[in-house]
Amino acid sequence: MRARVTQKLAFGITWAAGIITVLVLVYIIGYVIATGWRAITPDFLFRPPSEGGISTAIVGTIYIVVLTIAIATPLGIGAAIYLTEYATENWITRLVRYGIETLAGVPSIVFGLFGFALFALSLLGTRCLLAGALTLACLVLPTMIRASEEAIKAVPVSIREASLALGATRWQTIRHAVMPAALPGVMTAIILSIGRTVEETACLYVAMGINPLNMPISPLSGGTTLSLHLYYLAMEVPFTIEPMFMEKAMGTGVVLILIIIIINSLTHWISSRYAARMIR
Amino acid sequence: MEPKIETKSLSFYYGVKQALRNVTLAIKEHQITALIGPSGCGKSTFLRCLNRMNETIPKTRMEGEVLLDGKNIYSPGEDMVEVRKRVGMVFQQPNPFPKSIFGNVIFGPTMLGINHKARLEGIAERSLRAAALWDEVKDDWKKKSGVSLSGGQQQRLCIARVLAVNPEVILMDEPCSALDPLATLKIEELMQQLKMQYTIVVVTHNMQQAARVSDWTGFFLMGEMVEYGPTKVIFTNPQDRRTEDYITGRFG
Repeated sequence: MRARVTQKLAFGITWAAGIITVLVLVYIIGYVIATGWRAITPDFLFRPPSEGGISTAIVGTIYIVVLTIAIATPLGIGAAIYLTEYATENWITRLVRYGIETLAGVPSIVFGLFGFALFALSLLGTRCLLAGALTLACLVLPTMIRASEEAIKAVPVSIREASLALGATRWQTIRHAVMPAALPGVMTAIILSIGRTVEETACLYVAMGINPLNMPISPLSGGTTLSLHLYYLAMEVPFTIEPMFMEKAMGTGVVLILIIIIINSLTHWISSRYAARMIR
Repeated sequence: MEPKIETKSLSFYYGVKQALRNVTLAIKEHQITALIGPSGCGKSTFLRCLNRMNETIPKTRMEGEVLLDGKNIYSPGEDMVEVRKRVGMVFQQPNPFPKSIFGNVIFGPTMLGINHKARLEGIAERSLRAAALWDEVKDDWKKKSGVSLSGGQQQRLCIARVLAVNPEVILMDEPCSALDPLATLKIEELMQQLKMQYTIVVVTHNMQQAARVSDWTGFFLMGEMVEYGPTKVIFTNPQDRRTEDYITGRFG
């Protein structure tokens, strides 16, 4: 009898936990969409903030994502290949791995400060999109390396042996047998990094600053991204001046949420295809 | 006749554990040599010494010599990549690449730098025919993935992939252990055809298979080669007591 009561209680508690989680999620997304959707009009998407739009933030986001991924992908995949295929297990490799683990846990604002000092002040002399992208590249590198490493490690030994036994060199084996098999996993790593890049705010706030009115023309221009712009609209514009800004901030949030949903479904789609290919 | 492959006091170690002890063996050209013995006796390790595949495993060490046409493939001037082109290998589990059937077969030639399309198609078709797979795949070999074939077809695809590199020796590491009897029979028939052109060394768990397909048999036990001779002699009149015990099923 007591066992049955305990079971019912446990079931009730886990059920409540599940329901609360779902409700909170639905409430947050629902609230942002409900307050923000009216703001989304063609003018909102394609006009600069001086005319009530977010076009500069959209262009800035595209700049930041493209630059960050272009910098981080070769470095990240290269490092992952080195760590899985070439590095021998010794204290240097262990130190590198430990370094990557640690970097993955460092708060993004610390990366921002580092990027501000090194890229914005010393290297480029200006707080521009490139400084932000370089900083974000450092930030996403650990994710990129670890996810690519997992993808490369998941390629069965038999694939490598098949290639080597056919007289392929080690590099040919990596390039033509291992990497094609690991590609869907590596794609997932890149998409995860894109997601991280789109979301990141604190790091860019320090390294790049917010320049909402400027339409970027080159990587050396100042600019803003969607998440930065959202912060700017919500926190730095007094409501007394323009009550519409809250709605516009929520509208920006809706655009961000949509982008993240698209990125997540893309990741999901690729990894499920990957699983199917490996099992067959 | 000079042996195609000859090993001289070959010993092999995984770390401190010795897997092969002074194996000396001469493998004849255009013959099928079967290596039999219980699990862990070193027969697969021995096979992988013949195309330098063991060098991919860290913390291993080899002593002795492996001569291919009289030349030591482990001498400092020899390139392991060159050795593996001359000595191909078929593995226990069929291991096609997640590419099309065509992509699988031309992998080796492409790595050798052949990129003329018509020539690659010619090589691929010839290899698939030689591996007795052509008739089953000729309609969609360019599109169909190698991994979607049946186990037996996959293994023949792996054989075709080896043939495409035009090796002199084919090593087979329990090529039928993952296959059903019908697929096994096909591979065994194929081996008989292939031995006209190639020298075949096959490791097998299955004594009937060794007796059916091979011309020569070597019996391995605990890293040592106990007995080696014509298959008929090994199976009807073994000289060593341990060989007799094994082939009559008293252990193993």
